[in-house]
Amino acid sequence: MNRKPTIALGNAHVGFRGRIHALSVNDSHTGLPEHELERRLIELGFVEGASVELLHEGLFGGDPIAVRIADTTIALRRREAMAVLVNAEGAP
Amino acid sequence: MNVATDVAPIIALVGNPNCGKTALFNALTGSRQKVANYPGVTVEKKTGRLVTPGGRTISVVDLPGTYSLRARSPDEEITRDVVLGKLAGESAPDLIVCVGDSSNLRLALRLALELKRVGRPVMLALNMMDIARKRGIEIDKVKLARELGVPVVESVAVRRGGTDTLLREIDRLLVNLPMAGSADWRAPDAGELRSSQREADRILRAVVKSAGERDRGTAAADAVLLHPAAGLVILLAILFVMFQAVFAWARPLMDLIQDGFGWLGTGVDASPLPELLKSFLKDGLISGVGSVIVFLPQIVILFFFILVLEDLGYMARAAFLMDRIMGGAGLHGRAFIPLLSSFACAIPGIMATRVIDNRRDRLTTILVAPLMTCSARIPVYTLIIGAFIPDRELWGFVGLQGLVMFGLYATGILGALLVSFVVKRLIWRDTPGEPFMLELPDYKLPRVRSLAIGLWTRATMFLKRAGTTIASMMVLIWLLASFPQPPEGATGPAISYSLAAMIGSALQPITAPLGFNWQINVALIPGMAAREVAVGALGTIYAIDGAEDAADKIGQAIAGQWSLATALALLAWYVFAPQCASTLAVIRRETGGWKWMWVTFAYMLGLAYAAALLTNQIARALGAG
Repeated sequence: MNRKPTIALGNAHVGFRGRIHALSVNDSHTGLPEHELERRLIELGFVEGASVELLHEGLFGGDPIAVRIADTTIALRRREAMAVLVNAEGAP
Repeated sequence: MNVATDVAPIIALVGNPNCGKTALFNALTGSRQKVANYPGVTVEKKTGRLVTPGGRTISVVDLPGTYSLRARSPDEEITRDVVLGKLAGESAPDLIVCVGDSSNLRLALRLALELKRVGRPVMLALNMMDIARKRGIEIDKVKLARELGVPVVESVAVRRGGTDTLLREIDRLLVNLPMAGSADWRAPDAGELRSSQREADRILRAVVKSAGERDRGTAAADAVLLHPAAGLVILLAILFVMFQAVFAWARPLMDLIQDGFGWLGTGVDASPLPELLKSFLKDGLISGVGSVIVFLPQIVILFFFILVLEDLGYMARAAFLMDRIMGGAGLHGRAFIPLLSSFACAIPGIMATRVIDNRRDRLTTILVAPLMTCSARIPVYTLIIGAFIPDRELWGFVGLQGLVMFGLYATGILGALLVSFVVKRLIWRDTPGEPFMLELPDYKLPRVRSLAIGLWTRATMFLKRAGTTIASMMVLIWLLASFPQPPEGATGPAISYSLAAMIGSALQPITAPLGFNWQINVALIPGMAAREVAVGALGTIYAIDGAEDAADKIGQAIAGQWSLATALALLAWYVFAPQCASTLAVIRRETGGWKWMWVTFAYMLGLAYAAALLTNQIARALGAG
């Protein structure tokens, strides 16, 4: 395996492609309890191994973002997307 | 299962949002559907009966869309409780049909796995199979049924005969209902959700062959429509066209309706009925109800836009584009849809706030929803604009009247943003916001049939209101305006001796600074029942007020009798005033108490008074008095 950098989806930019590495809800600054945010993310398909592509971002501060998770497009704010750790899928 | 033979088996449709569940429901039940409320809550309960090919009468329930039975909003709680058979007064469904979008099955399969644990018979309907095929997606149904452990059929809600297989399978299952699993559902934790999604992914890989590409049309459209800058411009342009259309396209039809009622009135005039009865029919009923029904074309056009945008899948995009802007004002991106619905009517808008999970975000949205210019204000705006604003073109293509209308809408929106900003920053300063997470579905062409059913439901709702609430208010106004009758030998117009005039005069000291005369005061009272009634009431008042030939031309009457300052002040009043008893009633019901209803009433009344006062005084100072 080559080393692939792990970043938070909340820091990614349009055109980013990769796979979900892990969900880390510990230090997200959202209005939800940690376990609740985690469950909601999973219900929308954010599980480890799923493919991710960042499709669109908003005008102000690039927020919110629209991401393709497998076959579904989900809109969310960068703040919540910080809890989704992703590996970039670059050249092998 | 069904001991009593007269009880139709209940089939519940459960699925993710945007899976085409409602289209399927429409296809199954057509116009035989009933929309009511679940007892004690205001979640819409949509049911419909139909006879299957096997000759069995079944009752189909369309449940609010959800990703999980782990309910987070009142809507989703209803879905959970109905599915679990826990809702008082509702029998549990005999069969759960999990509806999945065939081109996007991943989340639906996880939901299906969860539904199996409810302990009721479950089957999966692969909906929108036609679209999936077109995109080269192949699904091995036999294998899917085996892997999932529930029957699987295809359905195409939008094509004739597209539900035949589904109905035949329902027939077959109802003969001998198989249990899908043991009844051990409880709210899953993150670990369980994760493993069930993994299981769903495994099944998906085993049974679905797909190029894995995005829908090309959607990708191309989103490149423009979700473009950070262009997307916002397009959204504003869509809203602008919508409002121009409401004002311009409806005109010919409105004229036709107006002529029809005018003709009815003339007929009554020519009849040999006693004078008092003639006045009641013509000035009370016909001109009153007619002046409200005339707005049906505008309401239908507005709902047409909202329904088309919703069916297209654009509403979710609008929420995405607006999230940051609305967030700046303290509103949640999801509030965009309820607030946009509030342009039709605040009642469905307030009910739609259920999609906002966080109570405070929801309350803020409810508080400002009535500030969105609802369709009931259109009659009032149209009347006053038509009477006082010249019908001129600006820059060759924008009507001045339409522009003023747009300005009134904009004022309402700005007012709402301001109020929510104040509420969020001053009252609920320290709570972090609710996350914004929303699926952006693939674009789909709206279906004529679905649109027609939606428009029909809205139009009949409006007409029913015009026929009952509004008609009875018109009768009451006519009574107030006609009695007591003037004494023998009275010289003034008859209405100045009536109860209506007394009420209007009593309110005079309060509304005089706003430039309102007693006729306006009187019209504002029945306007509490429904805003548009004020128009009919003005008609009644001015028709009886000696100006017989102005009966169907209220506009001319007020143009002659009000100053421009008064007219503008009334417009300003109408932007903010809590002029609708049903909205207040819904707020009370939705917030579970009187408190927020009174808060809404008080702040809106205050804003309305201040706005009308300012408008009137400034306009007078500028010489419009």
